[in-house]
Amino acid sequence: MNLVRPIASYGKPAAATLGLVDVDIHPRVRDLSEFRPFVSDADWHRLTTYGIHARHGFAKGYPFPKAAPLACRRDAWPPGGGPPASDLPFLQEQLLDRYGLDVGVLNPLQPSGQGDVNDGLSVALTSAVNDWQIEHWLRHEPRLRGSIVVPYEDGPAAAAEIRKRAGDPRFCQVFLLSRTCEPLGRQRYWPIYEAAAEVGLPVGIHAFGYSGHAMTSTGWPSFYVEEVQEHATSAQAQVASMVVEGIFDRFPGLNVVMIECGFGWMPSLAWRLDGAWKRLRDEVPHLTRAPSEIMREHVFVSTQPIEEPERPEHLLDAMEWIGWDRILFASDYPHWDFDDPRMAIPSFIPEEKRAAIYGGNANRIYRFR
Amino acid sequence: MSRHVVAPVSEIPPGGRKVVEAAGKRIVVFNLDGEFFALLDRCPHQGSQLSGGILCGLTQSDEPGHYRFSRAGEFVRCPWHQWEFDIRTGKSWFDPRRTKVRHFPAGVAEGSELVEGPYTAETIPVRVEEAYVVVEA
Repeated sequence: MNLVRPIASYGKPAAATLGLVDVDIHPRVRDLSEFRPFVSDADWHRLTTYGIHARHGFAKGYPFPKAAPLACRRDAWPPGGGPPASDLPFLQEQLLDRYGLDVGVLNPLQPSGQGDVNDGLSVALTSAVNDWQIEHWLRHEPRLRGSIVVPYEDGPAAAAEIRKRAGDPRFCQVFLLSRTCEPLGRQRYWPIYEAAAEVGLPVGIHAFGYSGHAMTSTGWPSFYVEEVQEHATSAQAQVASMVVEGIFDRFPGLNVVMIECGFGWMPSLAWRLDGAWKRLRDEVPHLTRAPSEIMREHVFVSTQPIEEPERPEHLLDAMEWIGWDRILFASDYPHWDFDDPRMAIPSFIPEEKRAAIYGGNANRIYRFR
Repeated sequence: MSRHVVAPVSEIPPGGRKVVEAAGKRIVVFNLDGEFFALLDRCPHQGSQLSGGILCGLTQSDEPGHYRFSRAGEFVRCPWHQWEFDIRTGKSWFDPRRTKVRHFPAGVAEGSELVEGPYTAETIPVRVEEAYVVVEA
């Protein structure tokens, strides 16, 4: 018998001197019945008899396999069965313990009811997801924090869910997806921001969603390669909308975290918005400051999947523009494009700045410490 | 470099693989239709274990819409980011010059030859009537 040791050097990255926080972990139900205790008999009947009504025709989740089964790392399937990130002990072993995470933020994706056409079902399911986070994860693992999953197409209902959960310190943000029916600055979404600002939680906006619109502004792409670029374009549309509609002035204290959207686009978007604002300011007189200024005050970004330019200085320049205090580490566990905390944040980034990215910035914006 | 007996040939069938440790390194040994190849079990990108990846072939195209598939089972894909590595050489498909997995010479030796030494075979009991996979690492 040839005994093989595990790969060496697991543990917290040495530069994570302010702690290691992962702001993007995707827990998943083993199957829908895990939600059963948290929905009414009537909603359960509706869900199991008529199902989810996504705005995308014929699609209720993954319309194609996305490079790997359930778009997950092939080594993330729990040995005891069930899909990746459905089993707390295995998630603890493979992520929390292995890398020495101090805090991990749960961002539940499908099936979550977000963006569902049936408003009533969307309200019931999203609330069930929040109860499920508490009962299946947060109650058992103090290193994990939840995200308040809201039925964002219904602003008042989403605001009610935010206020309902806000007293529970285990929830650290309000959770939206980047593909919504209308741009996120529109008035229908304002109750969400009003509630988030009121309870002092940031709004996390994660790539994806089933809005009913084609995922690119010119239609449906042919390839998955194109879809994963769309994260950056929907993020730009959303940030532009929120900034130009004046959301951050209307709701003081509101911050957003763009999750899994990349960040190389941030400087370019800001430059172009500033240029247009100088010329067309009188169209939007409520916009009393340069868009770039608002972005650098209220918009945060997460790292994964991190841009990997050939020349390090290009990455450093983009990060410098965004601000070293506004970039948060994310792994995207258990998805196939997972970033390893020891490897993904390059060592050419000065050590104190890596410490901020690994934990300092998230601790501040989410008030973990 | 020394030679390490890592498995009886019968333990790694064609299309199969085995993770072994030799000279303190974690190595994955593949059998491609009777030929053995050994790669460091670590992706050069972010360090995942390549042994957890699936085997695939080479999909190529001369123009959009026309695809050719060849060399089935001769590439391993990283279980995380799907990078493709040629098992015969350890070279990545997208940047074969600079992005590659370290590979080690591997072959087959008869037990009768091995019992004579001087091979590092402390973990595998060797019998004269069997054949063994040997890795130089």
